[in-house]
Amino acid sequence: MTRLPPTASQTVGPFFHDALMRPDARCDVLVSDTTEGKRIRVEGRVLDGDGAGVPDAVIEIWQANHHGRYNHPSDTRDLPLDPAFTGYGRIATQSDGKFCFTTIKPGPVPFDRRRSQAPHISVAVLGRGLLNHLYTRIYFDDEQLTTVDPVLQRVTPDRRPTLIARRDNNASGRDKVYRIDIVLQGANETVFFEIAGQ
Amino acid sequence: MSTTTIGEIIRGDAEVFPPYLYEAYKSTIRRAPTRALVEVPLTLSELTGPGPTISAVTPDDADLTRNAGTGGEAMGQRIIVTGRVLDASGAPVSKTLVEVWQANAAGRYIHRRDQWPAPLDPNFLGIGRCHTNEKGEYRFLTVMPGAYPWRNHENAWRPAHIHFSLFGNSWASRLVTQMYFAGDPLLPLDPIFNSAPTERARAGMIAAYAHDVTEPEWALGWRWDIVLDGPDATTFEPPRVESQP
Repeated sequence: MTRLPPTASQTVGPFFHDALMRPDARCDVLVSDTTEGKRIRVEGRVLDGDGAGVPDAVIEIWQANHHGRYNHPSDTRDLPLDPAFTGYGRIATQSDGKFCFTTIKPGPVPFDRRRSQAPHISVAVLGRGLLNHLYTRIYFDDEQLTTVDPVLQRVTPDRRPTLIARRDNNASGRDKVYRIDIVLQGANETVFFEIAGQ
Repeated sequence: MSTTTIGEIIRGDAEVFPPYLYEAYKSTIRRAPTRALVEVPLTLSELTGPGPTISAVTPDDADLTRNAGTGGEAMGQRIIVTGRVLDASGAPVSKTLVEVWQANAAGRYIHRRDQWPAPLDPNFLGIGRCHTNEKGEYRFLTVMPGAYPWRNHENAWRPAHIHFSLFGNSWASRLVTQMYFAGDPLLPLDPIFNSAPTERARAGMIAAYAHDVTEPEWALGWRWDIVLDGPDATTFEPPRVESQP
């Protein structure tokens, strides 16, 4: 049958906070005391082509739980769901472009029947000046699988670091801290994705 | 708009989705990526998504004329906005969260960054949400939003619009867009609307007056269907086997 054309995207605009960042819709802390896995904090800034912080962006994240299981009916694998974890977050940037969220390190998920993907967090970036949201991923520099991740292999080696969060060994506190910036444009521009079939 | 610089980087169908760089919309100039997008195949990360897990909603959430919590009703022309959310195969996308926001009847947002001298309405927040039902239908009661000036260029006014945010069934089906109203004279002048590359893509963002939705002595009806991109709304598909790249 003929497929319907999708509806076009438009910018989220500058006035979304009251609607999208309601107390029960915002989520920068994805964990509770009973969530399984290693707690981590991911921090960074969203930057524009001038290197300036983007104060009016929102990032959304989606990830598997500690076991590598997604909380979604399409993931039917025999791995435990964690009732204390949905895997979704929504975080608005601060006036200097900073974002910060607390979650657990996701387990690896399959790429195909033979290979795994390295632990990663899927990210969508929305904001004024973005006519369509941007997709990217966050990987971790202390995960061995990162160097052989099949999706990262599709990125030219010089650009892979833009997707790999660096562990901050000087950070104190109970959570491991990782740092990564999301650079919309410019010299260290983050790799953004096109999802196949669209 | 025909003489603006338009970038080559587009995500999704190039006949539908705006390019990231559309210079007539000035904020894109420093925020549009300049490097080609890298293709990621449909793995479980893209096939799953937060759609089914997002927060519960109440009926009040869908009534923007009364959900400011003041006990009063919003000023302006009362309208019903309804339609279906579908996937590209035409199947309904049910139980998906639809979040909306808009200016009031005078064209003013409650957001503290909107400071143009149009009056605020103490009985109107301009915020709503609902879940689509089994047929993929959403329905809001609100007031017709006013146009608002935005300084993008000389004498720049956004056409009346309602912001829509939808998840759909997968990470790939996420859509943030704006609904416009048929017959609005500001549409040909608006760079954001005109960033959509074809007449068909632009027409797909415009709601039609629907007299069959209009309720006598109550509210005018507007209908707008939304088609989400991404894999079809069939669940329980096993992960696809990826062939050697």
